Amino acid sequence: MTVLAVVEHDRGIITTASFGVLTAARNLAKQMGAKFEALTIGANADALSEVISKYGASTIHQAHHQALIDFGPEAWGESIAQVVRKTSPQVVISSGTERGHEIIAQAAARLDLPAAMNCLEFDKDFNGTQPLKVVRARWGGSLMEESQIDAPIKLVTLANHIVEPQEELSTAPATVLAIDVDLDDSVTQSFVQDRVERVAGVTLATSPVVVSGGRGVGSAEAFAPLEELAGLLNGVVGCSRAVTNNGWRNHTDQVGQTGTRIAPDIYIACGISGAIQHWVGAMASKNILAINIDAQANIVTKAGYAVIGDLHVVVPAISAEIRRRRNL
Amino acid sequence: MNILVCVKRVPAPGARINITSDGQQVDTAFLGFTVSPHEECAVEQAVQLVEKHGGEVTVLTLGPAEAQEQLRTAVSTGAVKAVLVPIDTTDWDPQRTAQAIATVITELEATNGKYDLILFGNESADSCGYQVGIRAALKLDRPIVNGAKGLDIENSVAVIRRESDAGVEIYKLKTPACVGVKEGINLPRYPTMKGRLASKKVEITQSTASGEVGGLKLIMLRRPPERASNTKILGNGPEAASAVVDLLEELGVFK
Amino acid sequence: MSEFPTKAKCVVIGAGIVGNCLVGHLAKLGWTDMVQIDKGPLPNPGGSTGHASNFIFPTDHNKEMALLTLASQKQYIEMGMNNTCGGIEVARNPERLEEFNRRMTSAKSWGIDAKLLSPAEVKELVPFINEKIVLGGFYTPSVSCVDSLQTGTLMREGAVKSGNLNVFANTEVLDLEVENGTIKAVVTNKGRIEAEYVVVACGVWSPRIAKMAGANIPLTPAVHQMADVGPIDILQKSNAEVAYPIVRDMDTFCYERQTAGSMEVGSYAHRAIFMHPDDIPSNEASALSPTELPLTQDDFDPQMEQAIELMEMLGDAEIKYAINGLLSLTPDAMPVLGETVEVKNLWSAAAVWIKEGPGIAQLVAEWMTYGYPHLCDPHSSDISRFYAHEKTEHHIYARCDEHFNKTYGIVHPREQWATQRNMRRSPFYAREEAAGATFFDARGWERPQWFASNEKLVKKFASACEPRAHEWDARWWSPITNAEHLQMRESVGMVDLTAFNEFDFTGPGTMKFLQYMCVNNVDVEVGRSVYTPLLTPGGGFRGDLTIMRLGTDHFRVITGAFDGGRDNYWFNRHMPQDGSVKFTDMSSSLCTIGVWGPNAEKTMAKATQNINAEGKLVPFDVSQKNFPYGSVRDVLIDGVPATMFRISYVGENGWEVYTKMEHGLRMWDSIAKAGEEFEVIPVGMGVYAVTGRIEKGYRLMGAELESEYNPVEAGLNRAKVKTADFIGKAEYLKAREEKPCAIMCTLEMIDNTSKSGIKRFPTGGNEPILTNTGERIVDTKGRVSRVTTAGAAPSLGKYLLLAYLTPEHAVEGNELRVMYMNELFPVRVARVGSQPLFDPTDARMKS
Repeated sequence: MTVLAVVEHDRGIITTASFGVLTAARNLAKQMGAKFEALTIGANADALSEVISKYGASTIHQAHHQALIDFGPEAWGESIAQVVRKTSPQVVISSGTERGHEIIAQAAARLDLPAAMNCLEFDKDFNGTQPLKVVRARWGGSLMEESQIDAPIKLVTLANHIVEPQEELSTAPATVLAIDVDLDDSVTQSFVQDRVERVAGVTLATSPVVVSGGRGVGSAEAFAPLEELAGLLNGVVGCSRAVTNNGWRNHTDQVGQTGTRIAPDIYIACGISGAIQHWVGAMASKNILAINIDAQANIVTKAGYAVIGDLHVVVPAISAEIRRRRNL
Repeated sequence: MNILVCVKRVPAPGARINITSDGQQVDTAFLGFTVSPHEECAVEQAVQLVEKHGGEVTVLTLGPAEAQEQLRTAVSTGAVKAVLVPIDTTDWDPQRTAQAIATVITELEATNGKYDLILFGNESADSCGYQVGIRAALKLDRPIVNGAKGLDIENSVAVIRRESDAGVEIYKLKTPACVGVKEGINLPRYPTMKGRLASKKVEITQSTASGEVGGLKLIMLRRPPERASNTKILGNGPEAASAVVDLLEELGVFK
Repeated sequence: MSEFPTKAKCVVIGAGIVGNCLVGHLAKLGWTDMVQIDKGPLPNPGGSTGHASNFIFPTDHNKEMALLTLASQKQYIEMGMNNTCGGIEVARNPERLEEFNRRMTSAKSWGIDAKLLSPAEVKELVPFINEKIVLGGFYTPSVSCVDSLQTGTLMREGAVKSGNLNVFANTEVLDLEVENGTIKAVVTNKGRIEAEYVVVACGVWSPRIAKMAGANIPLTPAVHQMADVGPIDILQKSNAEVAYPIVRDMDTFCYERQTAGSMEVGSYAHRAIFMHPDDIPSNEASALSPTELPLTQDDFDPQMEQAIELMEMLGDAEIKYAINGLLSLTPDAMPVLGETVEVKNLWSAAAVWIKEGPGIAQLVAEWMTYGYPHLCDPHSSDISRFYAHEKTEHHIYARCDEHFNKTYGIVHPREQWATQRNMRRSPFYAREEAAGATFFDARGWERPQWFASNEKLVKKFASACEPRAHEWDARWWSPITNAEHLQMRESVGMVDLTAFNEFDFTGPGTMKFLQYMCVNNVDVEVGRSVYTPLLTPGGGFRGDLTIMRLGTDHFRVITGAFDGGRDNYWFNRHMPQDGSVKFTDMSSSLCTIGVWGPNAEKTMAKATQNINAEGKLVPFDVSQKNFPYGSVRDVLIDGVPATMFRISYVGENGWEVYTKMEHGLRMWDSIAKAGEEFEVIPVGMGVYAVTGRIEKGYRLMGAELESEYNPVEAGLNRAKVKTADFIGKAEYLKAREEKPCAIMCTLEMIDNTSKSGIKRFPTGGNEPILTNTGERIVDTKGRVSRVTTAGAAPSLGKYLLLAYLTPEHAVEGNELRVMYMNELFPVRVARVGSQPLFDPTDARMKS
């Protein structure tokens, strides 16, 4: 029996989500008394294998094809499908990211197998022979679904940040197996054709400080004090869905289930009520400071810290205090 | 250019989602319903594309009879044709859904010709399955890319922009093609009163399809454990500024 | 935030417009140690206040509602929360133009500046309106938009700052504890508070909360649909929250109100949609708020078409926000205020809308402080007005379903309910039905208003029974009433008075108790009776009734159907707690027939027997000598034990005859048979309550008699004041010392021919009495002269009006004007005070 971890990487650089996947796959394999194997797709496979072996995979499959130099969801999905057909694992697991969901869905479609995305837990009694019970996230994490995958091969993605990555302490070197996959024209057009690299600097997704505004801000212009505070803290400005719906800010600034999910050191939520669709995007923040006129607003009760007051007065006062302490 | 957009009827919940006592569904007794947000944007994108390039937009949903409401909403914002694939529950599993949709699309195309583009939402807001569009595209033998935050047509090629940690990726798919659209690609318009009234008159085509039950079975829904509130109030009004900056210093985000 | 208290003087549940203003007013009136709780967050806990459209159209035909609305608007102005924008009601149908004339009249009564507009004038004020479909407008410049959330916040914070109030949001009431019929404590998710007073100001949740104490607040949450559409260019360019007058499209039951750059379209045209208070979702589970439910689009579609018809620009505006908003509806469309009848010190301040919120808060605060409000009589809002069957969900849903679409409707003052009829029938119903009775509803009772069987008398009295030319005046009216009136005055008539309430008081403390309740001395001989007002602590009218003394310690109170609930509460609220008085409600046990007219005595002489000293059945002597006016006797009528009470409300010799319900039909038939030779007829309430009464100048509780007026002003003060203490005595004595600044008068219309040549008949719906130059007459206490009752006086050949006048105008022969349908008609003061115009010496009653 085998648990196969599909390793997500971007042109040879392994993604952080993959470490959680490797850890989870190893744990599941141990529980099942199964082998833990990994799969890399395309370029830079050897370097990847080196990283992967630290997590205790016994075998690393390297899918190779001349077209696999960059990411292509269909080609990747087809590659997984071919490896799965060849190795017949009991469980195939990849990361709960945009790419992870996409390639597992592609593979599942090609194998005509079910797939469960964003799994939070796997059945502790699963031994590889019965249907696999999972708990997975719905509604962006505000609801949980217990479901059962009834198929000989179970395809899943692991919800991000749910398993703490842990290297295996003592590992035997992994066996590396190169597999040449067969990709026809039908899957090779959906590769990345071009890209615009992100310019250096913080983004909403990566900034350690996010100053965010909600309906309570009142207008596009009224975001100026939030911009100022974010600037003083080298952070960025975010917003709730109400704000983008009102056209006050671009959707790129939106934090939430359908916007960006963030995990900054501190999230300063100004005039945000804390509706669930927003909360699920912000709840991974390490600290949350709510500034709200309403002491009973949802966000205030959920936040670690709060200031009760009008954001239009409080935010400028914080900026002023920062400037004072910096002698600006 | 003809575009088909597949949409799903989903509830519009509040800060707490209640579940029916049998654990099988979201309790929607007092909830409104909406087109799932990614798909709302897909409709808007389709409408913008036909406004630019000509053609028409058709919307399709697989859902209960009430999902006509969402089809009409799409019509009130610019779609002109609507197809309902009626089912007697709120939804089907992803495999079955994809199969039914593909069957109906094949039938529609047999009479109307191929759609240049078939748009899906990246994932539905409620079940978050991330797979129906991909499965349907494969059955229709058409390429698909998910996560589109930009979509245009240039010389029968769909140019898709998608965000990643490293920047923006660009994909190009020859039409006919499928695309999974993400919210943020545009700001969808609201229906106008006139649009709403006009949408009442549109005839909704009903197309039945079966589809085999897939292997992912719902056991039950439950709510995540509540987090106890332990909020530290730093103060009231601007007087709290000093305490806030103390906190920022303590957290190391302000040096 | 302070710690959750375990004790308080008063707990107010609810932090909407009512709860907030109530704590503010209570604090101003000296209340301390108050706690206010709400299950939602602040400042918007999620009730109806949070999504209210917040505008005030002050004109109302109902005096109580008009005064409360004006008082509220005044408070909004004082707090700087009133944004005057003007408002126009527009007509699409000709009937509506007639209604506007009526509204002009009511506006005049309450001193509200108003104007009728042509379609072109409407267009001038609202340039985006389609004036082609508008027939005219009723314009009120003082219409305003208010900030109800901020007003409430200021009121609440004022009470907090004064140190008299602690506020706890997110605090849900789990139970109300009652001990010995008195409220004891409020149990919440934050802890238990013992409280002397508890006020339920929970809007749509009120029934649910009251039920925890076993009390009933009869209202239902109901949907009012609205949508916010925009942006709209012309509105955006106005750069104001409301630059254009609010438009009420009266004939489509719809309004358009600017909210900055967009327009709010609201509707009262859709089907009535109710929700049970227990089913309202929590704050957490609601997408917007518990009272902002998802729009049921199909219900709203017809309104959108009508809105676009009126303002084409709305068609292309985007629908940004659309809800099924919840508000409170009651069976009679009036608020539910006062102490609950079931639980002492548990108060209701419910079914209140934004426009009347602050005023009602003031009224309830006064009520709680002084024992009765000062602002105005809460007669039609009083929670104790409801009878048992009116508090059921069945009744609430049926009546609310019926009146919801009348929110903007044209409702006739005499308009009858279509639903929930035949709830209560007298034993005579079958006979009345056979006689072709047209039944009017009296709090569930079916009462004949007139009888088709008397139509032949219309010819007999043709000159007094002319039909009314104007449909409005003739609506819910028949010339048969005048014919019945004259026939009764000529011979004899039988009136079904079963709707009366009879309350029996027995026990050793009864005399003392009733002396304390009543103005007049009840210590009369057994077998005699007393007419008496009941007063508020402020000396105004609280009740008006008669009492029979049936035994040394046995008194029977008789009161009308419309005040039975209120009087029942008032007596019970003041009953001694020592058990010395026993109360028995006999209303469902007894039926009553009024037999009146010159031949009443002959009729009853034939019908009545009793058992003499020898134990023999003999005819009973009903002569005035043996059975004088005002006395009570037990008799047998065809073997049926009955009680006869020689009294009259119509100015004729005769009796109210009481018996048990099950004997009623036999008694009816016996009296009818005895009266056959005198051509006895059944007589409807049209005579009893209007024509017969007004000829005699008899006052009616809720019309002439209100808590704003005292017995001196009403002309009901007696020569002497009894020595025993009674409620309101001090104020009554004071009033007797002062020269009254208003006096109840009877006026006659000099000429009721309108400009169009049609004779008009005011309905008695608060039409203003004006000087000859058309000025309002306002007394030194600020009360306006207006018609309290209007009706024909067939025996006098006049059309009479009752109204309070200031002393300078209260001069017999003085000519004044009455405004009716926006037209002035000359009237003359025919009588100052209570002496009847018809038979001034009451000779007919006593001979």
